[in-house]
Amino acid sequence: MAPLHARWKLFWKYRYLTLMIVPALAVLVLNNYLPMFGVFIAFKNINYIDGIWRSPWVGFDNFEFLFTSGSIWRIARNTVSYSLVFMIVNLLVSVAIAVAINEIRNRWLAKTYQTFLIMPYFLSMVVVSYLVYGFLNPEKGLLNHTIVEWLGKSHVFWYSETAYWPYILTIVSAWKGVGIGAVIYIAAIAGIDPEYYEAAVIDGASKWRQIFHITLPTIRPVIIIITILNMGHVFNSDFGLFYQVPMNSGPLYPVTDTVDTYVYRALKELNDIGMSSAAALVQSVLGFALVLLTNASVRKIDKDQALF
Amino acid sequence: MLKTASRRENTISPLTNYVLNGGFIVLALACVLPVVLVIIVSFTHNDSLLSRGYSFFPAKWSLIAYESLFKDYGTILRAYGVSVGITAAGTVLSVLLMALYAYPISRQDYPLRPFFTFFLFFTMLFSGGIVSKYIVFTQGLGLLDNYLSLLLPLLIVPFNVIIMRTFFQTTIHPALIESARIDGAGELRIFVRIVLPLSLPVMATMALFSTILFWNDWFNALLFIRAEDKYPVQFLMIRVLNDIQYLRENVQLAAQNPEMMRNLPNESLQMAMAVVGMGPILIVYPFFQKYFVKGLTIGAVKG
Repeated sequence: MAPLHARWKLFWKYRYLTLMIVPALAVLVLNNYLPMFGVFIAFKNINYIDGIWRSPWVGFDNFEFLFTSGSIWRIARNTVSYSLVFMIVNLLVSVAIAVAINEIRNRWLAKTYQTFLIMPYFLSMVVVSYLVYGFLNPEKGLLNHTIVEWLGKSHVFWYSETAYWPYILTIVSAWKGVGIGAVIYIAAIAGIDPEYYEAAVIDGASKWRQIFHITLPTIRPVIIIITILNMGHVFNSDFGLFYQVPMNSGPLYPVTDTVDTYVYRALKELNDIGMSSAAALVQSVLGFALVLLTNASVRKIDKDQALF
Repeated sequence: MLKTASRRENTISPLTNYVLNGGFIVLALACVLPVVLVIIVSFTHNDSLLSRGYSFFPAKWSLIAYESLFKDYGTILRAYGVSVGITAAGTVLSVLLMALYAYPISRQDYPLRPFFTFFLFFTMLFSGGIVSKYIVFTQGLGLLDNYLSLLLPLLIVPFNVIIMRTFFQTTIHPALIESARIDGAGELRIFVRIVLPLSLPVMATMALFSTILFWNDWFNALLFIRAEDKYPVQFLMIRVLNDIQYLRENVQLAAQNPEMMRNLPNESLQMAMAVVGMGPILIVYPFFQKYFVKGLTIGAVKG
């Protein structure tokens, strides 16, 4: 450690840089750090008369209530399994699209396809819920009026049939996310030195061998980073996708309820702050642990690929 | 010579080319057709909706949805005003604040760099969750029905700050800053006169990210906005859709309020609302696409 006055001198020398950081620092404190300290709410029985500070402490009561309510297992199962399915499907499809678009000989066409495929990413989940409603509206929706009628079946009440929603949600998630995911891999593929392919061609490697021995191994670091980032969100779900798109339909809860929709409903609709904050804390802690765990295991396999 | 020959040799066969193009045309259509359907339904006459449902080829067209939508123009216009205002203010503030944070942590010689980098990074790992955020915002900061509650949560996107930092690190050579300092320029002057002009591509990308983020946000309105005159467009859309759903599911309630039933907007009006809500983004995005891709390319390079 340098002596105090030397450290102060260094600090003073860079005072303008520190000054530049201050506004955004204030935002981070208000928006991110204050709520972090707010997690103690999970250990309190909040009532509006006493306010946050003076409400009584209840230890782990909120957690006990959450874990004995029975719904925790349902929402945990939904959250984790949807996250994993989305992660795998979106990864496979976007890598496939990236590899395929790279083979399109006409660059103008490739760019045009890319423009179309990214478009869904720009729409809000509210708009997406309208689009889905256009297909699934029981009386007037396109699906009932075309395919279902053509098959000679009676109209399906999509918003109360649980069987279809795992597929619908997976399709919507892929529809919205695959294009933007592909862009990242396209960028990574574009950075590969063409000489590798030239050498491979001279050695007589087929297209498939080039893909599996050059393209995919080269973009592996990007795939790993994206996967680590996603792993941290396994206990999170896209609130809009699970709340807006099924239109918060009660009969669908068994297959659409995730930690996020549950926390929101407990907070705003049931006014159950205790259980809601307990669930949110469990979610944050597990997510944090998962990022560290994933990063540590990646570090073990390949030190350079780890995020930190 | 050899290079071009091997490249030509390495292209896919014409058959594979047709198959790939065919596949991409199908995918591209799958991406736009839902939007096209909603646009067409918004222009479909009610009779046509009753007899054939939603269709890409309606029997009868009509402008009535847009007429009734703009008859009540006060609500829509106000919501548009809120969304445009929040998006404009949010984008400017957000890009400025993020650049001001990203620049110092891009400087290798800045002694507090590791601390502030971690301070930012930690928010990506751990969060207090929406409950404590809700309580801190409403009870602690008193932001219920305050436009700040729509701005604050989206101003700093940690991942975007890291992309900016990486851009500064890779494009601005330390020698450049050093020589400016020797010429007598202060830190602020160096930032405004040298760093910002050299960083226009990443600034444009971030501005686009922010615009989309603020325009498409409805979640913060769902949490923090109660007053109807403060609804942004996306939230108004949720309310329109939910109200109609609610009334349809509660036929009894509707029977007691025939007046309400008569004023209930039909499907084409709902869809017109959706068209109005997505309009601006759909119009601007093709123009910004190239920046967007470039920005992501920079971000994809490990930072």
